[in-house]
Amino acid sequence: MADIVLDKVSKKFPDGTVAVQDVDLEIADGEFVILVGPSGCGKSTTLNMIAGLEDISSGELRIAGQRVNDKAPRDRDIAMVFQSYALYPNMTVRENMAFPLRLAKLDRATIDAKVDEAAKVLELTPLLDRKPANLSGGQRQRVAMGRAIVRQPKAFLMDEPLSNLDAKLRVQMRTVVSRLQKQLGTTTVYVTHDQTEAMTLGDRVVIMRGGAVQQVGPPQELYDHPRNLFVAGFIGSPSMNFLHAAVSEGRLRTALGDVAIGDRLRRQIEGADAPRELILGIRPEHFEDAELIDEETRRRGMEFDAPVDIVESMGSDKYVYFTVEGERATAAELEELAADAGAADFAGAGSSLVTRLSAESAVREGENRRVWFNLDKIHLFDPSTGRNLTLHEGRAAGALAD
Amino acid sequence: MATETTTRAKLRWGLLDVIVVVFALIPVLWIASLSFKTPATLTDGKFWPREWTLDNYRTIFDTDQFVRALANSIGIALIATLIAVVLGAMAAYAISRLDFPGKKLLVGVSLLIAMFPQVSLVSPLFEIERQLGLFDTWPGLILPYITFALPLAIYTLSAFFKQIPWDLEKAAKMDGATQGQAFRRVIAPLAAPGLFTTAILVFIFCWNDFLFAISLTSTERSRTVPVALSFFTGESQFEDPIGAICAAAVVITIPIILFVLFFQRRIVSGLTSGAVKG
Ligand SMILES: Nc1ncnc2c1ncn2[C@@H]1O[C@H](COP(=O)(O)OP(=O)(O)OP(=O)(O)O)[C@@H](O)[C@H]1O
Ligand SMILES: [Mg+2]
Repeated sequence: MADIVLDKVSKKFPDGTVAVQDVDLEIADGEFVILVGPSGCGKSTTLNMIAGLEDISSGELRIAGQRVNDKAPRDRDIAMVFQSYALYPNMTVRENMAFPLRLAKLDRATIDAKVDEAAKVLELTPLLDRKPANLSGGQRQRVAMGRAIVRQPKAFLMDEPLSNLDAKLRVQMRTVVSRLQKQLGTTTVYVTHDQTEAMTLGDRVVIMRGGAVQQVGPPQELYDHPRNLFVAGFIGSPSMNFLHAAVSEGRLRTALGDVAIGDRLRRQIEGADAPRELILGIRPEHFEDAELIDEETRRRGMEFDAPVDIVESMGSDKYVYFTVEGERATAAELEELAADAGAADFAGAGSSLVTRLSAESAVREGENRRVWFNLDKIHLFDPSTGRNLTLHEGRAAGALAD
Repeated sequence: MATETTTRAKLRWGLLDVIVVVFALIPVLWIASLSFKTPATLTDGKFWPREWTLDNYRTIFDTDQFVRALANSIGIALIATLIAVVLGAMAAYAISRLDFPGKKLLVGVSLLIAMFPQVSLVSPLFEIERQLGLFDTWPGLILPYITFALPLAIYTLSAFFKQIPWDLEKAAKMDGATQGQAFRRVIAPLAAPGLFTTAILVFIFCWNDFLFAISLTSTERSRTVPVALSFFTGESQFEDPIGAICAAAVVITIPIILFVLFFQRRIVSGLTSGAVKG
């Protein structure tokens, strides 16, 4: 067990691609850290550098306080679970799990004891004499995990270990991974694409984009206080709504009406070089059917009318899609997010608004509905830098804060 | 209905298969038949020998020439195959796994060697080997065989290595293996079918070579079977050696058949299944 420190770690491939840029990250002993980001953002490269499978171009990597830049993977005492599982097809499950122990030259009895124990934890005991070809996807996945845990390494690295499983199995294995990590208390770095995994599994989440770290923090903090447009759009499902907002006479003109802003924000956007156009972000759950709001709450927000497109009733609440007029919000980050999610899944920047209203709402498709939204919960972003202007000392304060 | 068509289809395919097999085997069977005929009935044109005899076989094994040549052939072909496969495996592994400077050049040169007309190399090789004292020795044949077998070995093997998921090697390294251990304990067992296929191809190439064997040998010391066959005479000058040649031809195909059968059982497909998902 050990802590892992990345100190300005970069990776430049021979063809000139800079896959990872100045990543600073301190992973505490026993911590479960998730690396998440769109495809090609350098997650696997970062993991491979920690593993020793890729050279580090610059910067320093320390495991348990020791610089390990030039150490071979075998000398770092780290286990890795691959997306493809990478089981040795010519060996049985038992031999697969015993392989790292045999390489470590342990004696037979110890090897058998350790393999049996790991197999019991992962419920693999009846399968020990099978070859990987005769296992199901979930079983293979567990063998891959078994091979990692048998030798009690300093840390686990996992590169999208669950992405090859079907949805149901993925949920099951997610709890297995989580329980295992808690039980063993081993430092774990886990790469994923899936933001549900990111939100549910880790102690802390690292969001990467284009080789650089965007924000590091506990899942809830990233959700509530995104530092920039990219983090805001990446975390959350359905994603945050983004609207174009023009600054004029101390107010914001948006498709939802004119939004008043507080003093602190006004000071920020009245500077000479301040942007005249902003992007307003608001999450689906911060809308509510105007009929269901009490007076107290109503004062903290604003209301608007819009035609209802689609109503999806989820039982506990309703996802309601509205069409709103007005200019689309545009920023490089938003295009990137849309490309990664597939345009269909990322409605954030379109002219359609996703809201989550309570189940009691009598909203119907086709009608015009009056909707309230919470001004304390809106975020304002500078489209050129992506920075969240509503963030004050790391906390999002909404539009009205003084 | 359905069963009827499948039976008919089966019959049609069966017939086609028989035709192909017979077409391919007739010359071989003919030689086998000749090898069992007596000198008198050799030219009777009958496929089935009227009088069976094993005299031809006795003759070839009585003459020291043939037995020596057989030993030379087996020794030279086995050694050349072993070296070519080991070297080829290392080269192919590097080519399929690494991006090193000069990789294209290496592949290009080996292609060039494979395409180079061997006949134009015979005289220079003859001169070189005489100068170096390699002429009419085992190494004198083994060396050119390796040279010409290597491109073949590298090509077949790199195709096999490319099929093995790279993740397996990474996994082995993470599990604590050195580069060498990862190759020996994980990659090589999976590449075994490729190694055996290559070994068969190289062995057949060495075994069948006539051009180098006749030009670079002069005595029984290193003469291989294909050459020895061409030097066959009968018991006396007047005797027709055809029967003996046929017997020898039958005998020399036996090691190849054994070699292929022995290795073929190891060429089981699907060795890598279950390694990675997808
Ligand atoms: N060997 C290489 N040579 C050059 N560029 C590379 C190499 N390997 C990866 N890259 C590039 O580095 C970047 C980061 O790749 P990486 O595999 O780390 O992405 P990732 O975040 O793991 O993506 P995914 O979610 O798709 O697995 C990509 O742009 C990729 O094209
Ligand atoms: Mg990846």
